[in-house]
Amino acid sequence: MKILVPVKRVVDYNVKVRVKADGTGVDIANVKMSMNPFDEIAVEEAVRLKEAGIATEVVAVSCGVAACQETIRAAMAIGADRGILVESEIELQPLAVAKLLKALCDKEQPTVVICGKQAIDDDSNQTGQMLAALLGWPQATFASKVQLADGVASVMREIDGGLETLEMKLPAVVTTDLRLNEPRYATLPNIMKAKKKPLDIVKPADLGVDVTPRLATLKVAEPPKRSAGVRVADVAQLVDKLKNEAKVI
Amino acid sequence: MAILVIAEHDNASLKAATLNTVSAAAKLGADLATEVHVLVAGANCGAAAEQAAKVAGVAKVRVADAAHYDSQTAENVAALVVGMVANEAAGYTHILAPSTANGKNVAPRVAALLDVAQISDIVAVESADTFVRPIYAGNALATVKSADAVKVMTVRTTAFEAAAMLAPEGGSATVEAVAANADLGLTTVKGRDLTKSARPELGAAKIIVSGGRGLGNSENYHKLLEPLADALGAALGASRAAVDAGYVPNDYQVGQTGKIVAPQLYIAVGISGAIQHLAGMKDSKVIVAINKDPEAPIFQVADYGLVGDLFEVVPQLARTLA
Ligand SMILES: Cc1cc2nc3c(=O)[nH]c(=O)nc-3n(C[C@H](O)[C@H](O)[C@H](O)COP(=O)(O)OP(=O)(O)OC[C@H]3O[C@@H](n4cnc5c(N)ncnc54)[C@H](O)[C@@H]3O)c2cc1C
Ligand SMILES: Nc1ncnc2c1ncn2[C@@H]1O[C@H](COP(=O)(O)O)[C@@H](O)[C@H]1O
Repeated sequence: MKILVPVKRVVDYNVKVRVKADGTGVDIANVKMSMNPFDEIAVEEAVRLKEAGIATEVVAVSCGVAACQETIRAAMAIGADRGILVESEIELQPLAVAKLLKALCDKEQPTVVICGKQAIDDDSNQTGQMLAALLGWPQATFASKVQLADGVASVMREIDGGLETLEMKLPAVVTTDLRLNEPRYATLPNIMKAKKKPLDIVKPADLGVDVTPRLATLKVAEPPKRSAGVRVADVAQLVDKLKNEAKVI
Repeated sequence: MAILVIAEHDNASLKAATLNTVSAAAKLGADLATEVHVLVAGANCGAAAEQAAKVAGVAKVRVADAAHYDSQTAENVAALVVGMVANEAAGYTHILAPSTANGKNVAPRVAALLDVAQISDIVAVESADTFVRPIYAGNALATVKSADAVKVMTVRTTAFEAAAMLAPEGGSATVEAVAANADLGLTTVKGRDLTKSARPELGAAKIIVSGGRGLGNSENYHKLLEPLADALGAALGASRAAVDAGYVPNDYQVGQTGKIVAPQLYIAVGISGAIQHLAGMKDSKVIVAINKDPEAPIFQVADYGLVGDLFEVVPQLARTLA
């Protein structure tokens, strides 16, 4: 069983981005870039399925600029077997990424695709669902537990108000939530090994996909800033402020 | 031409998130001079549909009632919606769902089947094709314009007022059945384990008491925060660290990748205020922070900061308010 894991290169979660003064976007020159945290969880899950003898091959895919090769190498250091970069200089929106991944699935025929639930830069939370739609496959989003057996995936999902368990026929798309697993740290020997693993590079045109953005960003602005209020000395003063100043209790 | 809202409901009743989504749709509807329709897809969902008919601003409720919509799986609901867009003379120009777990599950599937982009988590409607949405954990607001014929979007419920429910005798929308699609049989929901609580729903609560790693363990979380929440009639929330450590269930998580809330009052107890947590609560009307570290970033957004040991302060606060 082959598992495909899409991994996105994003601004590291520790970085607080700044909006550019001209309002055209956020300033990401010289900031630390990392693999989207939810995708690390996805790679870890796929690698565990391989270690458990359920999966036979884990393929990491990234769509974007040439530097996404680093993200693919990071996935390989966790344990992915090989990588594919779909190289594009233009901004790739979730629908375009889903179409690229669909084209790769047609070629690679994976049994499961494990995506992150959300990229922490665009916060879209769309790509996995879109890919499932384009493939006509079932989907299990926001997974906190995945079991695969006899052509069926049993997935526990995080939903509003609790948890849901669903079963779906394979092939299928899963998207990861935070509690699915704790990704391992890549060891130095594994980082070295990752450098030798195969990494193919294709272009959107090779896959016959039109990646023209459908959404134009007209402006990016700083949200209204919340200023720090006051320090209260004790509980009595806090209660007084809440009752008489803020009038919220 | 009309605007379609995908209702959030559990067959028996309509969820509050639907009302905020109708408000966003009504704003668009007023600009476009078109009707707002609400789709209730479920099984034995007549009661939810009746409630939807009482929501101010709704012209028509479309009900798809069939056994295979019982758990509203993305596959079956998306196929239904796409059929409604394609087959109906009236046509739908906009499809809106709330940014709930359910809305986020279904809406992108609809968009991809229609070959259109989805606009996630809109916080403002600028015009029929231009919307504002947060990116980078809410550290930036992007204004985006869609070039697609049908606009599919999810709505950040905290950014729009809830539409009013009309009195029982008030004018109600027409309720009209939609033919069900064939069951695709792709997924089967085996069970749901829902947190039982007499407290208000996190997303709709007026007051939230939220706890973080500073509480130390599950026992402390409950022992300290429940009396305070009881005294205030508040919902309980948590940081990711508190959820990861098992103090409370997953659906308590407030933040960029959990629930987005904006109550009248948010009390953060033993929470440091990481970017990802702030993303979920910084639009609250009044924020209180209780933390022993005077440098904790949560104080930068708090209206009232109390530096102190939560083990002393919280019981005192609960006693004062009880
Ligand atoms: C991909 C990703 C997504 C994430 N999504 C979310 C999200 O949605 N929501 C979220 O919350 N986090 C999220 N996080 C995690 C986030 O980065 C922080 O790690 C988390 O919010 C920290 O939780 P905390 O404030 O409870 O813990 P800590 O940062 O450990 O803070 C504990 C605080 O308690 C205080 N404290 C300790 N003891 C006492 C005492 N006795 N009295 C008073 N104060 C005390 C300390 O001073 C400290 O400030 C995400 C992270 C990643 C990578
Ligand atoms: N450019 C990309 N390259 C590879 N995977 C991606 C890309 N964009 C999105 N994904 C995948 O889709 C998930 C959800 O992203 P999004 O829909 O943008 O929030 C991510 O966690 C990745 O698994």
